[in-house]
Amino acid sequence: MSSLFEPVIGLEVHVQLTTDTKIFCGCSTEFGRTPNSQTCPVCLGLPGALPVLNRQVVENAIKAGLATNCRIAPRSVFARKNYFYPDLPKGYQISQFELPICEHGWLDIETEGRGPQRIGITRIHMEEDAGKLLHAEGEGGSRVDLNRACTPLLEIVSEPDMRSADEAIAYLKKLHQIVVYLGICDGNLEEGSFRCDANVSVRPRGQEEFGTRAELKNINSFRFIREAIDYEIERQIELIEDGGTVIQETRLFDSDKGTTRSMRGKEEAHDYRYFPDPDLLPLTVAPEWVERVRTELPELPEAKLARYQQELGLKPYDAEVLTADRKVAEYFEACLARHDNPKLCANWVQGDIQRKLNETGLAVNAIPVTPELLAGLLKRIDDKSISSNIAKQVFELIWESGKDADTIIEEKGLKQVTDSGAIEALVDEVLANCQPQVEQYRSGQTKVLGFMVGQVMKASRGKANPQLVNELLRKKLD
Amino acid sequence: MPFIDLNLQQLQSKLAGGEFSSRELTRAYLDRINATGGSLNSFITICEESAMAAAEAADIRRKKGDAAPLTGIPLAVKDIFNTEGIRTTAGSRILENYVAPYDATAVARLKEQGAVLLGKLNMDEFAMGSSNENSAAGPCRNPWDPSKVPGGSSGGSAAAVAARQAVATLGTDTGGSIRQPAGHCGVVGLKPTYGRVSRYGVIAYASSLDQVGPLARTVGDCALLLQAVAGYDPADSTSVDTPVPDYSAALGEDVRGLKIGLPKEYFIDGLDADVKQAVETAVAVYRDLGAEIVEVSLPHTDYAVACYYLVATAEASSNLARYDGVRYGRRIDNGSGLIDMYCSSRAEGFGDEVKRRIMLGTYALSSGYYDAYYLRAQKVRTLIRDDFNKAFDQVDLLLTPVSPTPAFKLGEKVNDPLQMYLSDIFTIPVNLAGTCAMSVPCGFSGQNLPIGLQLIGRPFGEETLLRAGHAYQQVTEWHLQKAKI
Repeated sequence: MSSLFEPVIGLEVHVQLTTDTKIFCGCSTEFGRTPNSQTCPVCLGLPGALPVLNRQVVENAIKAGLATNCRIAPRSVFARKNYFYPDLPKGYQISQFELPICEHGWLDIETEGRGPQRIGITRIHMEEDAGKLLHAEGEGGSRVDLNRACTPLLEIVSEPDMRSADEAIAYLKKLHQIVVYLGICDGNLEEGSFRCDANVSVRPRGQEEFGTRAELKNINSFRFIREAIDYEIERQIELIEDGGTVIQETRLFDSDKGTTRSMRGKEEAHDYRYFPDPDLLPLTVAPEWVERVRTELPELPEAKLARYQQELGLKPYDAEVLTADRKVAEYFEACLARHDNPKLCANWVQGDIQRKLNETGLAVNAIPVTPELLAGLLKRIDDKSISSNIAKQVFELIWESGKDADTIIEEKGLKQVTDSGAIEALVDEVLANCQPQVEQYRSGQTKVLGFMVGQVMKASRGKANPQLVNELLRKKLD
Repeated sequence: MPFIDLNLQQLQSKLAGGEFSSRELTRAYLDRINATGGSLNSFITICEESAMAAAEAADIRRKKGDAAPLTGIPLAVKDIFNTEGIRTTAGSRILENYVAPYDATAVARLKEQGAVLLGKLNMDEFAMGSSNENSAAGPCRNPWDPSKVPGGSSGGSAAAVAARQAVATLGTDTGGSIRQPAGHCGVVGLKPTYGRVSRYGVIAYASSLDQVGPLARTVGDCALLLQAVAGYDPADSTSVDTPVPDYSAALGEDVRGLKIGLPKEYFIDGLDADVKQAVETAVAVYRDLGAEIVEVSLPHTDYAVACYYLVATAEASSNLARYDGVRYGRRIDNGSGLIDMYCSSRAEGFGDEVKRRIMLGTYALSSGYYDAYYLRAQKVRTLIRDDFNKAFDQVDLLLTPVSPTPAFKLGEKVNDPLQMYLSDIFTIPVNLAGTCAMSVPCGFSGQNLPIGLQLIGRPFGEETLLRAGHAYQQVTEWHLQKAKI
């Protein structure tokens, strides 16, 4: 990337809210049902039908606003965004325009090269989603499915405060983490529950004013967002360096080619003719409501991260891995509640559990090793009933059978041997069989001790307490 | 006395007394409609079968002793109310075969009481017009003189009552669409306070102005019908959750000591001499009844029509966007793409006046013009509302003419939209202020055309309107005159 130019990135994120019913009617929001089975006169935009605001949507918007340090507007207004499209049944989308529910927020991110950065959040507003067009194979024309019409969305608009694709991803991941933590969005990028449009421009380094921006749409994974932004930055720089000018336009990301292409034409000429929706009264949010929501907010990732380090004494890396996903953190905390050894719990959750999640693709709340079962295993490590190596075997057996650690240790006879008499017999046997090593050791090559410990462990089929073996060997050799 | 000459109150007591059945009554009304409806063109749809079935059900309900006030009463509604299973056109080609899958709240409330729906009444397309000439079903005519318009947009609702095709009807009023045709047809028409009656299921013209209301021959009958439809509806966020008083109870009181204001801006030079005289005579009647008459001022009256044609058309341009040929209604598809389908469907589906208002409203909301037109109109609207609030600090009611002239000839103003718009000059400010008003017959012109007086009340002051209107009808006989049809 040319260092003569600085990219400027702002993001608009559409978060689909996980309310049971739609934003302006009582229809279900469930995904994947028979087309048009979840509709009524309101979301079909039939003549005479009127919208009624779903209070849960407002509550979720307040949660998002508080979690991103926004000011919650005591009075906000729904507006109509007018345009024609077959998936938009009323010919307008009910959104918020001049007076959104949340404004003036921010999120802090870590960046490479620029240190910690505060990314401004311009606004968060509520709006309804449109339906979907289905293009059936072999049939002429298109079909309209309005199940999704009128499902609730939050649009979260950032300031143009990011300077690289990395920073954009850091911001997005943080935002994603927050809305999932809040329980207001399922966070599924592929199904479109968390959609991102990126406004990208470049400017000569040191220049105050922004360059002309392109709006990138149609990006449905973090990887694609990075690719789209990087491609677009390169494209704009090359264009300028070749003497061209960037034009303000919407560009679609093509994930097959890793490029963006213009969708110029009528889309660009839109005048949405926003005006306050006369069917909905201005929304007033009492301060008591905001305060109640504030007290009910769950512990957010940032606070959790700090607590894990300060109170539980976890390393920054461990704390970060554990808090990345609210469900993983909940799993960890459930385990910790039953076995109070933060470091051991953390090691196992971000180690073996995480590995299993990656291998199986299962969600953490769907795995056979429940927090109770894991805690049962960790107890046996800490009371030295089994060694860490045996614990790994037991873990696999718990995963396969769903039985608890004690049952498995009992059934398989895996209890660690801590009886020094029994171990001493094994030690003597090994010393007798390893005369050359014994001599090497006595001549100062103490490294061979490890070999002999291994031999004893092998003879005990792993059940001997390694520390005890060590001590006994030294005693006999020195 | 034949059924059709009885008023709603009388029908109620005779049905209750078993003097006749709802079936007999409904049959008589359907016969009357079939005999006179064709020449007047007051109905777009006549619901003969379902009406008779509803009448039968009402008779059974009455026998069970379970009758509500409107059980078995034959009524008709403007074709702007959605009616489940019955065609609802809004007077437009674009909805010429549209059948709604649900009832408007107002219709549902009538049905719950067991009222009989005779049919759907003619109207200006999407309630846009003052003469009922902008109807895809053709113009409705004035029962007093078929060469004259009945007024609009609820022309059919007023004409049907005047022609005794229904004892009472429902209309909607956005800028005078109940009161002006009521005045032109010599019947009572009440526009309640904005939010008093649910708009759910009423096809929207201008959402912040539209309001449902009753038309009938007597003030008392309007009170009965308003009683049935008024009240909060959770399906309409703009309906107001305030208790509905007993409107009929208000009718007993006299008007002694009531302060009635005459806004000087409404008694202007262009006022027709017959109208002026009739209204002044009505003022004298009130004075004789013991009301105190004072002059008041509504200083921003001059801006009302301009303000209305910005606010109403802006909202309409958006409200009518859903008629795009995609999901329901008329679709013209020449196979040349989506945009062409949109354009053709709307070009052929909408009439000229609707297109004119969509264009006006689109312009008023366009970026670069929004502040100068829409936003400014909203500010003017606030000033107009303040005018009324100040006036109501001094008086209990306002009294004005309904329209500057009696009903005009068909075709007289169709090519002069501005002249047509001015026929609503006295009714429009009330919608902008959001308050209630009623049109009451108060005389006839030299050409024997009805003249109406308008009573304007405080927000949610329907009781005072009804009380004053009823007192007037107790001492006058204008409402007892019958159109010769």
